[in-house]
Amino acid sequence: MAGDAKDFKTYVRPYLMVFGVLMLGTFLTVAASWFDFDAHFGSHWVNMTVGLLIAVTKASFVVLWFMHLISEKQLIYLVLGFTCFFFVGLMGLTVWAMQDFPNFTTLVGLD
Amino acid sequence: MEIPYNSKPRPDTGLYNAKVGIWLFLASEVMLFGALFSSYIMLRVGAPEGTWPAPGSLLKVGPGAFNTVVLILSSVTVVLAWASLKFNNFKQYRMFQGITIVCALIFMCVKAYEYHDKFTHYEIVLKEGVTHYEGISHGTGVRSHLNLVDGHLVNQTEDEITLTVHPHHDDHAGHDHGAEAHPEEHDGDHSGHDHAEHAHGGHDAIQVTVRKSDIAKMESYGPWHSTYLAIYFTMTGLHAIHVIGGAFVIFYIWGPGAKMWKTDPERYVNRVEVSGLFWHLVDLVWIFLFPILYLL
Repeated sequence: MAGDAKDFKTYVRPYLMVFGVLMLGTFLTVAASWFDFDAHFGSHWVNMTVGLLIAVTKASFVVLWFMHLISEKQLIYLVLGFTCFFFVGLMGLTVWAMQDFPNFTTLVGLD
Repeated sequence: MEIPYNSKPRPDTGLYNAKVGIWLFLASEVMLFGALFSSYIMLRVGAPEGTWPAPGSLLKVGPGAFNTVVLILSSVTVVLAWASLKFNNFKQYRMFQGITIVCALIFMCVKAYEYHDKFTHYEIVLKEGVTHYEGISHGTGVRSHLNLVDGHLVNQTEDEITLTVHPHHDDHAGHDHGAEAHPEEHDGDHSGHDHAEHAHGGHDAIQVTVRKSDIAKMESYGPWHSTYLAIYFTMTGLHAIHVIGGAFVIFYIWGPGAKMWKTDPERYVNRVEVSGLFWHLVDLVWIFLFPILYLL
């Protein structure tokens, strides 16, 4: 893919745009933490949800563009399909297990 | 015998060996960090009321945010380095990948600073009945019933320990203090502490010397201190090992391993791509670690 500097600039432009998006996302992550959404919406999970949504968006840009998953081979998608299945399963089991709190938890030695 | 598909892609999959290998490895890495994220959720949800520190109370957001920017920058330089090789520009590749290595070093320096800050940050539980330190000692959060002195280590002798204390900045669990600190109202004659005051930003930082005979328990903010710090050190420690490993591989390919660019350039580009994929995973993990540990 040998080419001149102009071709290179065109080729890497999407990467530089993703860089801009990631920097903006980082700023938004910090800025969102300054606001107490939990108090405003009366829930313990709004700040967490907003923070994680921004993180997932940033992660998607890294995975799709920097790791080239936007145009990858079938076998890689297959491997990642299994990974997603097990990862989602792991998180699902985690959330499911949260139902155990506090009924099956004994709190001792807090000091 | 030459190993097939070492640099050329296999016709049916369109992939060379290392590409399949690194994705399988990354899949296992996702599950490894996934298990730690799962542990984090369990620990946080199961933490008794008031024991999980308020966002920004234990860790400074500034260094964490700075490290996020550094890692994102390094992710871009990795991909630009790879693209440079695709355009046969080895010199430019060297420059970009050199920046990546510098970014990795900066990240580790900041991490070392953060770790040092926690390992020299002490919480001292005073013995029952010790009243010399009133005004600068008070419990925080769930430990509000305890008589605590909390600050950074300045000096330690056989009999005494000196800490820099920020009297108005101890609310680690996001709860009201047991007592407000007013060090200027104290009588130094009976206290055994030294009010050598010096300015630290907007806070009235003071140096407090505590007699060891007055101490019931003393502990730094290492992984042993609390559930939060245990998971913080575990997750960021494992991530830091990945940063060191990734930086070492990138450095090897950039330096001693660069001879391959002349003998087998296609395989060399593949190596750069594969090491870059690993580096992006390191960035990806940090994208989640930063908000959950520093901000939320």
